[in-house]
Amino acid sequence: MRNRFTLFTLQVLVAVVLIAIWHFGSTVKVSIPALSPKPFYPLDPFFFSTPLAVFERTFKDFYTGVIWYHLGITLLETMLAFAIGAFGGVLVGFWFARKAVIAAVFDPYVKMANALPRVVLAPIFALWLGLGIWSKVALGVTLVFFIVFFNVYQGVKEVSPTLLANARMLGMSERQLMRNVFWPSALTWMFSSLHTAVGFALVGAVVGEYLGSAAGLGYRIHQAEGVFDVTGVFSGMLVLSIFVIIIDTVVSAIENRLLVWRPAPATQA
Amino acid sequence: MAQACAVGLRDISIAFPGASRAASPFVAVQGVNLEVADGEFVAIVGPTGCGKSTLLNATAGLLKPASGTVTIHGTPLSGLNRAAGYLFQAEALFPWKTALDNVAIGLEVAGTDTDEARARARKWLARVGLAAFADRYPHQLSGGQRKRVGLAQVLIRDPKILLMDEPFGPLDAQTRQIMGNLLLDLWSQDRKAVMFVTHDLEEAISLADRVVIMGAGPASRIIGQWRVPIPRPRDIDVRLEPAFHHLHREIWAALKDEVVKGYRQSEVAS
Repeated sequence: MRNRFTLFTLQVLVAVVLIAIWHFGSTVKVSIPALSPKPFYPLDPFFFSTPLAVFERTFKDFYTGVIWYHLGITLLETMLAFAIGAFGGVLVGFWFARKAVIAAVFDPYVKMANALPRVVLAPIFALWLGLGIWSKVALGVTLVFFIVFFNVYQGVKEVSPTLLANARMLGMSERQLMRNVFWPSALTWMFSSLHTAVGFALVGAVVGEYLGSAAGLGYRIHQAEGVFDVTGVFSGMLVLSIFVIIIDTVVSAIENRLLVWRPAPATQA
Repeated sequence: MAQACAVGLRDISIAFPGASRAASPFVAVQGVNLEVADGEFVAIVGPTGCGKSTLLNATAGLLKPASGTVTIHGTPLSGLNRAAGYLFQAEALFPWKTALDNVAIGLEVAGTDTDEARARARKWLARVGLAAFADRYPHQLSGGQRKRVGLAQVLIRDPKILLMDEPFGPLDAQTRQIMGNLLLDLWSQDRKAVMFVTHDLEEAISLADRVVIMGAGPASRIIGQWRVPIPRPRDIDVRLEPAFHHLHREIWAALKDEVVKGYRQSEVAS
């Protein structure tokens, strides 16, 4: 308990120090004749804004309610992208893992598709699906799908042969094997990548919004950048970070509930 | 005799494909004849890599012999051996199921409804001394406890034939003896035909009615069989009896050469 408290204090301390540097750097003029004849701000507020202005803007956005709409859009896009991508990834992952021939045939194409930088797809999706939420969802899906797909594929392939033999000897039919052996195993692998997958769903949504849309956090940041409103950009990033931390906490809670049987926290990045 | 046998292995040879296409197949066991009567406890002992486990897998139907026939209660085996329960050497519990569900699953897949399966699983957990651990997941149990769960998982389905592949191999010496006693205890209440593979001669003699010795691989065969004349019920103390020592010495004399040969083979191979 005490350990946890110490940790939390230290975590807060990091934020305090960084914000303090930012605050004093952008509000207190210093004079270093060697660098500039006139006194100047080490962190010019034009480029860096000030923490107070950013907090004020963020608070105002929440208070007046404008931000809620954009948050809602981004959240919707993220959830849709995750749900569709994960569903597709599980389905195809299972299919490939159980049918070696199909996996072998499609292998080079899967690798090609996965190697493609998704940002280049964004304009295409905008062209196909318009500037509404679906082009952003599509971008997120292309990211989430591959993460989940590779993990499920791995999970089904790497079921221990002994466990499989045991399940067979216990009289399981092919369908019961699916339910009792392959599915839980694939699920474990999928959950180990859940944090990454949800994160990518959000990246897909925000990048999509950034590149062309009329709503969402990415859109807000892009708008602010367009008019050199640095405060607006930082405020957008702040909201985005808080949003990510909340989503991540929810994912951790779900994970802990569903994977109670797992040994220690074997989480990977 | 042949008809009444729980397990009949006739002229069994098992081969694995060679490492490359050009390499000749690796023959694990060759020309093995073995009969296990109903209610008989047979221990199969041999040096490492002699194909004991392979033979067990063939009996379980997990592996198809290259030649020879496996008969189960007089019927030739095709596909999986439905009459057999198999306790594996490696971890084989479902890590995502509790001890209780691990034991109940064998009944559930056979169509028993969940409540009844669980009730019976509870009884079996109690029989293996784990009544208080029903809700633990495998990783929360010790190695010995996991083996107990495994034993209950297999026995709850009431198989007529019990196949055991060095089931207590990874456990420490004391736990092994306790598990051996537990096994004998359960077995004496309901005598199944048992094929118990081990590399531990002492374990084999103290548990079995008959000890079968296999020679060093490759192409290993049965090189001798001994009946164990020690009366039942037996327990740990059996190892202190003169009859035990006498038999141990006799079998060890035969086994020693094969063990040495086995090591030499594996050195050549590696």
